[in-house]
Order: sequence, then structure tokens, then C-alpha cells
Amino acid sequence: MATTTFPTGDAWRPLALGRSIRDGARRLAELAATPLVPADYLDVFNPLRRGADLRGRVVSVTPETEDAATLVIKPGADWAGHIPGQYVRVGIDVDGVRLWRAYSLTHGPRADGHISITVKAVPEGKVSNHIVRDCRPGTLVHLEQAAGEFVLPPEGGKFLFVTAGSGITPVIGMLRNLFPVADSGAVRLERSADFDVTVVHVAPSEPHSIFIDNLRSLDEAGMIRLVARYDDEHGILDVDDLDELVPDLQERTTFACGPAGLLDALETHHAERGMTLLTEQFRVTPLVVGEGGTVSFLKNGTTLEATGDRPILEQAEEAGVLMPSGCRMGICYGCVLPMREGSVRDLRTGEITTAVEGDGVRIQTCINAAAGSCQIDH
Amino acid sequence: MTVLQKKPTSPIDHLSPEDIEEIGRELDAIRAEFIEKRGASDAAYIRKVIDTQRKLELGSRAVLLFSLFPPAWFVGTAGLSVAKILENMEIGHNVMHGQWDWMRDPKIHSTTWEWDNASPAEQWKHSHNELHHNFTNVVGKDNDLGYGIMRVDEDQRWHPVYLAQPLWNFINACFFEYGIAAYDLELGRAIKKKLTKTPAFKAKLRATGRKIRRQVTKDYVVHPILSGPSFLHTITANFTANLVRNLWTHSVIMCGHFPEGVQTFEKHSIEGESKGEWYVRQMLGSANVSGSNAMHMMTGNLSFQIEHHLFPDLPSNRYKEIAPHVKDVFERYGLEYTTGSLVSQVASAWHKVIRLSLPNNFMGTNATPTPLPQREERPVAA
Repeated sequence: MATTTFPTGDAWRPLALGRSIRDGARRLAELAATPLVPADYLDVFNPLRRGADLRGRVVSVTPETEDAATLVIKPGADWAGHIPGQYVRVGIDVDGVRLWRAYSLTHGPRADGHISITVKAVPEGKVSNHIVRDCRPGTLVHLEQAAGEFVLPPEGGKFLFVTAGSGITPVIGMLRNLFPVADSGAVRLERSADFDVTVVHVAPSEPHSIFIDNLRSLDEAGMIRLVARYDDEHGILDVDDLDELVPDLQERTTFACGPAGLLDALETHHAERGMTLLTEQFRVTPLVVGEGGTVSFLKNGTTLEATGDRPILEQAEEAGVLMPSGCRMGICYGCVLPMREGSVRDLRTGEITTAVEGDGVRIQTCINAAAGSCQIDH
Repeated sequence: MTVLQKKPTSPIDHLSPEDIEEIGRELDAIRAEFIEKRGASDAAYIRKVIDTQRKLELGSRAVLLFSLFPPAWFVGTAGLSVAKILENMEIGHNVMHGQWDWMRDPKIHSTTWEWDNASPAEQWKHSHNELHHNFTNVVGKDNDLGYGIMRVDEDQRWHPVYLAQPLWNFINACFFEYGIAAYDLELGRAIKKKLTKTPAFKAKLRATGRKIRRQVTKDYVVHPILSGPSFLHTITANFTANLVRNLWTHSVIMCGHFPEGVQTFEKHSIEGESKGEWYVRQMLGSANVSGSNAMHMMTGNLSFQIEHHLFPDLPSNRYKEIAPHVKDVFERYGLEYTTGSLVSQVASAWHKVIRLSLPNNFMGTNATPTPLPQREERPVAA
């Protein structure tokens, strides 16, 4: 084993030298910044820089309908791009509280590198209402990389999109990418020559239909065939009508996005006919908030039925889980654990804290009781 | 006067147990009101303070690269002192209390924050949030009372060693961050109980050692080296900034629980304590400091020590707004809301340190443990 500290062959090469200088500089910056990290200082000046946690800055907020808006976001330098149809998880501060939701990207990759999401305000929806009504350009949001399998095969084919309400959002991203709109109108690019698309779009009524103008102009330009169905005009769509609405249904691969009821019906319909169906659904079934519930400790493996009148901490300890704890009265924060999913009730105030999948909201177990089933990362 | 001539009545003799529970309910209602109000403006406040503090620290450290020049030394040292005080008080202390956990921002969260201080966050949170805030001013349980090295109450037996306590207190003030680190390690207790060889203590000691090494390397090696010819001047500048921060934080902490008028409590008086009784103990065991907005900010709003002890996890920027509501409760229930200017409170605290360094009959006596009214079986002091 070599004991010399003299740089060996590799280190003399400019590349390796550059790397070791960079490593040295990074180490020095860490020593100078402790107990923080250099990124904490750099974030003050440029939160969208390369190497930062992925964030984005809202560039514009454009109303689509009276209760829907499109956000154009400039993502951080490390944004890895997306395939139309994919979604992005966005963390946005609502009344000072960071909440995360998944939204479909409603554009193909854009020349300016921005991304866009379109959000429909749903009743009681904290985040969607905030985005549609209160979000302003300049807001900093937090992002994860795009994800999702709801994408078109690059080689093309014959497709049917069945979309309901805001279920149009992943599809509009795909269509805009296939048929971009130039000054002269929609353009069929060479790469989209092999795509034959029919869209069956369902909405409660015409004025509530997001992107209906885009869909219509694509239809008029002959890029797609649009079948628009409005509940108030045509009645609720019966999936069996699809055979009639789309004569060449059997030849098409179906992509569907909408509420669970529609997707379930489509699944049965397609299974009966041996047809392929791809679906995308965001959580629409709200978490059930009640008294007590099943508490699962993900790492420890313990699951217990907790009552709603006593803290999770006590009941978990009784079940043999080794819990972090402190003052046991809600002041010291020595007992906080991340809740991945579920709802808890603050026994002092009755306040409900809810985490949706992947949230990791930290809760004080000594003053919170289960209010529904919860998964705790411990 | 001697310790046996305690105040004839306890300051809460006039309160019935029902009154005390009603005080608890009223304070709970105040808490609920401010949790309801807490929102985007509070989040913007703490982000603004953090942003300002970081810019001030970077700017000051940049100026200190040229600390060879006296004006640069002076400006840089002043800026760095303020930055360190803000970081410890308005930001670190309050973030680690969980005051900002509700924002769900992992970067401003009690579980992830580490502060510019010798004591590791994890250990500080245990001894401060869990012990001090829970057992506030309970003699023998709250080590913040004299940090285990001082005589803080007439009931503690006098010994000639306490003659030196004004000096200890001054030295502790100068090197306060190390005092806190030792205290968070429960060093005195570990030595007394011969726990220094246990794996748990060794692990804590290693963590503290690591933290101190990093802190010292930053202030006394890395930044001086970066300053080149200003090497020595940057060392003195950083030392001065740490000293200023230590003296300031020590003074603020003394004002919180040490001035005359603040009550101490006996160990047995808190057995089976109700929420109302806990609140009353916090009310009587803390003292505020009056002053300007800038002064409140520099104390991390610990100038609202009473409000902070009642609601340790409410955002610090709200204490000023909470104070009139709390004061109203004090007045309606005939309790003394201890407050005074910074100078008078610091002087009062120092007076007590000096008085208690002497045997009880040398100077006037004042603070005595306060039993809660339904537990009158106070033993005659030893």
C-alpha cells in the first residue's frame, strides 16, 4: 500500500486536479458555513440554482374558467424535464403551511424551459382554491421531478382519450405537444403524423369545461376528433355509449383520466371487450376523519387500534412501541414523528391535522389522538 | 431577616382551586385564538428574519476579511455580534421550540435545526424544552436556576464557596455557550453520580466535542485563514462577537427567571399538578423586560418571558400582541406581572446573585419557594 501523500499520476491530470480543487473548496465552504450548510446561504440569493432543492417560481397565473387557472412556473436548474401526460408534485404554502399536491403538466416541453399546471378549485380544496384565487406571480413553490406512466408511446397509433372535468389536464399536455399551435393555427408535425386521436371529453356544462377552446380548435383543424359531452345537455355519460360515439373504438388504445366512478365503469367496459386501458387518477376520495383509528408504525411494524380520546404516544407505548417522548403535555416537541398519511386530532384544541400520501407531516404524539387511520414513520 | 421570616402569605393565597382552573381555561382560550390567527404573515416574518440574519452574517464576515483596518474590524464585529445574537435568540431558540413547525417547512423545523452555539441542538432541546420549561423554577428540578453551580434561593444552605458566585456568574456569562453545553450534558450530575463512563454519557460527550470542534474551527481557523493578512484581527473580531453574544444572552436569560419578584417552587408542590396550576407556576416564575421593538427582537422576544413560558410553542412575533391579554388575566386575578427595563432587571438579578452569595442574614431576603394553595403543608425550611 502506498503511504506517500504525493499526488499520484491521476491527480496531475487537469480534470482530476480540477475535481480535487472543487472538492477542497466545497469542504472549506462547509467548514465556514457550519452549523448551516453552504446551500443555506446560497438559497438566500438564488433558490433556483443548480444543486439546490428543486423549487420553482410562479411566472404567471391565467384564469381558464371561473374556477380554474393555469400556473406557468420557472423550475429550478435541476429540473430534468418531463414527458407530456406526466404529473409533478408541487409544495405550496397556504396560509403559511406547506401543502403538497400532484398536478398534471399541461404542456409539452417548452422552448423557454417553463412548465405549466392547470388547477381546478374543488369545494373545500385548500390548495386548489389558494392556487386559483390567491396565488400571485413571483411565489416560490417546491417541486419534485415529474413522474407518472400515463404517457403516449413515441411510435404513435390510434388512441382514444376519455377525460372528465379536470381529467383533461394530462391529456392537454400530450395534445399540445403533438399539435403545437403556431400563428397559422395548429400544426401537424412530422413526429405526430402517426397519431390518430379521438377525445371524448365530459364536463358538467360547457362554460365549466377547461381547455374546451383548445380542443375545439384542434378538432376544427382536423388534428383530432372531439366528442364533447355535457351532463346538463346530454345527460351523464354511459360508457356503453362509447361504442356508438367512437365507431372505431375497437382499434384504439384508451387513455382515461377522471373520477373513480368513470374509471371503474371504463375498466369493466374495456375488460369485457378485451381492450387496453390506461388510467390516471389523483386522490379524490377524502381521508375519513373520525374518532380513533388504526395506527401503523411503518418501521417498527406494529399496528394498533387507537381510541380517539387518548394520545397516540400513550397507546403506542402500551402496545410496546419504543416511542420518543418528553414533557407529555405538548410543549417540548421531544415526541414529534412524521405521519406519512392519515389524520390526528389535537386533544387540547380539537384541531385536525391531515397528511396525504407522502406528506410526512410531523406531529406531536403526546397531545394528538388518532382521527382515522394513520401511518407513522417510526 | 432570616429565611424563617418568609412572606406571611403566598402570592396566590387568595385564589381558590376553581380560580386556578379558570385561569387555565382563559389562557387556553388565548392560545387557541392565536393559533387560529397564525398564518402567512407569521411565515413571512420568520423567513424575513432568517434572510436578514444570513445576509448580515455574510456581509459582516466579508467585511472582516479586511479586519486589519480598524473601521472594518469595528463594523464587521458589530455586525457579526448582532447576527449571532439574532441567530441564537429570535431564530435558533424559537425554531427549536417548535414555534415554526406548523409551517411544515423541513428547513425551519425543530427536528432539523442546528444553531450557532457550542451545545448540540438535540441536547439543548432536552434540557431546555423538556426540563426547564416543564419544571420552571422548581428548586432542585429546574437546573436553569443557577445552573447547578449557584445558590439561587434562601432555602439552599449557605457555604463559603458561594462567596465566589458573583465571579462564577460573570465567568459563566463570558463563556455562556460553553456553560450551556456543559449544562446540557448534565456534566455536574454525571460527575457526582459517576456516570461519566457510561456509553450514553460518552456518546453525548462526543457529540458535544464534535459540535465545539466545528464551531471553533469556523470562527478561529477557517475565517481567519480566509482573511489572509487579517488573520489575527479576524480571530479577535470573532472572539469579541462570541463574547458579546454570550454576555447578551446571559443577561437576557437572567432577566427571565432571576429578578426579585419571581417565585421559586418546592419540588413536592408540583406533584400531580393540574394544567391550571402549571400555568400559574409559569406566570409567577417568569419576568418580562420592557423596551423597544429592536430590543424585543434581539432578546428573541424572551423579553416576553411570561408569554413565552405560558405558550412556548406560539410564534415569537406574536408575544407582543398576546401580552395585553395575559396581563389582563394577571390583573383580574390579582397576580403580579413582573416586568422592568433591561437595566433594572439585570441589576435586580445581579443583586440577587450577590445577596445569595452571602449568608441569609447579611442582606434583605426575598424569594422563597411558593407552595400552591391547596398544598399548604409546607415544611419549615431547613
